[in-house]
Amino acid sequence: MSVHGNDRTNDVSNLELETPETPYLDANELIINMGPQHPATHGVLRVILKLDGEKVLGTECVIGYLHRGVEKIAENRTYTMFNPYVDRMDYVAAVSNGLGYCEAVEKLMNVEAPPRAQYIRVILTELNRMASHQLWLGTHALDIGAMTPLFYTFRDREEILKIFERYCGARLTTHAFRIGGCQYETYAGFERDVKNFLTFVAPKIDEYEELLTTNRIWLERTKNVGVISAADAVALGVTGPVLRASGVQWDLRKAQPYAAYSKFDFEIPTGENGDTYDRYLVRMAEMRQSLRIIEQAVNTIPEGPIMGKVPKVIKPPVGEIYHSIEAPKGELGYFIVSDGSTQPYRLRVRPPSFVNLQALDVMVRGLLVADVIAVIGTLDIVLGEVDR
Amino acid sequence: MAEEVKSPAPPPPEGEKQPTAEKPVAAAPAAPAKPAAPAKPAGPVPLPWTSPLVEKYRDQYGSGLDAQTYLGQNYLTVDRSLIPDILRLLRDEEQFDYCVDITAVHYPKREKQFDVVWILYSFARNERVRVKTQIADGASIPSSVSIWATANWLEREVYDMFGIQFDGHPDLKRILLPDGWKGHPLRKDYGILQQDNEWVQINLGIESGQ
Repeated sequence: MSVHGNDRTNDVSNLELETPETPYLDANELIINMGPQHPATHGVLRVILKLDGEKVLGTECVIGYLHRGVEKIAENRTYTMFNPYVDRMDYVAAVSNGLGYCEAVEKLMNVEAPPRAQYIRVILTELNRMASHQLWLGTHALDIGAMTPLFYTFRDREEILKIFERYCGARLTTHAFRIGGCQYETYAGFERDVKNFLTFVAPKIDEYEELLTTNRIWLERTKNVGVISAADAVALGVTGPVLRASGVQWDLRKAQPYAAYSKFDFEIPTGENGDTYDRYLVRMAEMRQSLRIIEQAVNTIPEGPIMGKVPKVIKPPVGEIYHSIEAPKGELGYFIVSDGSTQPYRLRVRPPSFVNLQALDVMVRGLLVADVIAVIGTLDIVLGEVDR
Repeated sequence: MAEEVKSPAPPPPEGEKQPTAEKPVAAAPAAPAKPAAPAKPAGPVPLPWTSPLVEKYRDQYGSGLDAQTYLGQNYLTVDRSLIPDILRLLRDEEQFDYCVDITAVHYPKREKQFDVVWILYSFARNERVRVKTQIADGASIPSSVSIWATANWLEREVYDMFGIQFDGHPDLKRILLPDGWKGHPLRKDYGILQQDNEWVQINLGIESGQ
């Protein structure tokens, strides 16, 4: 299977570049604010909508309400002290953030986590991808008016959080990994718990699909809504399930494998139309692929140490590194510049939600106000990561 | 062969050396000295990067272009005046069709204070490259929004955090901080507890946000 190189990426994007807003409105035009306090914006996001009746003519996102200066904080903390901070960006996929950060620092120091640690990392990260997708499904369906999936997905996500809690004591902001490996060995019964979860959750995914996949209201609300072509998605730097639903078969776990991903057999689900419905299908398929990866990992997990040879004081040599992973939302990258001291000289986070949110304007033009909510949901943004 | 050309490459014109005069290093009290010594397994150094891509452009641009590789990651250090050309060529000729990130690094001790960094990726080659250039404080740089649409918000963030101007950007304004804010927080001379007191008092009606 080709990892990338879907020839649709060669299509030419004819995105209209943002034109400066005219200072006046036509008589039938209207400007309204959605948010910053709005239940369907998944956090404090303000979208200024320019409308003609119900039709959206243009949008502007106002973000930064949750800006905490994570990158500035990083420059004033040691590498180890900054580790828990990354969990607070995409707080529904904290494990992924931690994996990206730890791997980036390890790469900068030229060390590698031992195989057992890599497997533990893969298992937890994929569990977290499941949890993130479940949360997305529940809230996205709720926004569109289907209430039941929320209860189903939260019920099942709970089982994942229980595993996290037993593993490291925290449910949400887990701080599961350390630079050089993992701090904790798996608890007695970890593998049993994970296997039980796999058999428990597989039929539940079918259950979600039964509720939605052929549901007429769901189809009406999602088919051909928020379409983005492959070429536009690439031009806008969109990654993750949103890019794949537009037909680009690209996943960093395959394209540039990290952790232990090269050892597992899994597929990259893609969509065709790049609409909200395809993104839904892609994420559902991804959940099943995650189960496959977890199953292989838990069955073949090697014995051995869980911590690599890392000094107590983390002091990477002078240099810089960019490392990125496939987070549930897309490409999560860390660009770290080291001056040889114990603190990063500069740490830049490349947040998938931030970049994906930029596509909102392209996706909602010409749609109705109610569709804006569907599109915000389908982008799967977390404002903690957008604003950092 | 063009190999000789880059034999003068060892000079590390890299910004990385600079920051030695970084911070008072309010570091952890006891530990540093002892474990630090074995921690350095003769640190890797940037090596010249050779590839057909580099050869092609070196002929064209000569000394304005320096190609290196560090820990398996390739980067081009480019003269500021060549930036628009190089970025466009990388997209149009070399298929670097995905602009992953644009960011900057501040080196206050240096004459040209800022490194601006583009991280690019090519789907067709499955390859990344970083493009870096140095600019002085107050200098501007051409916007790449017309090359990659994604540069819009990324450049706005660089402007917001560092105060670097991008010429030709369609809507260059603050993105994460509020519009009237003074100062650019990711500059090294901006303290971690610093804030725009005036803004806070007027807009939030409190003495301090701390």
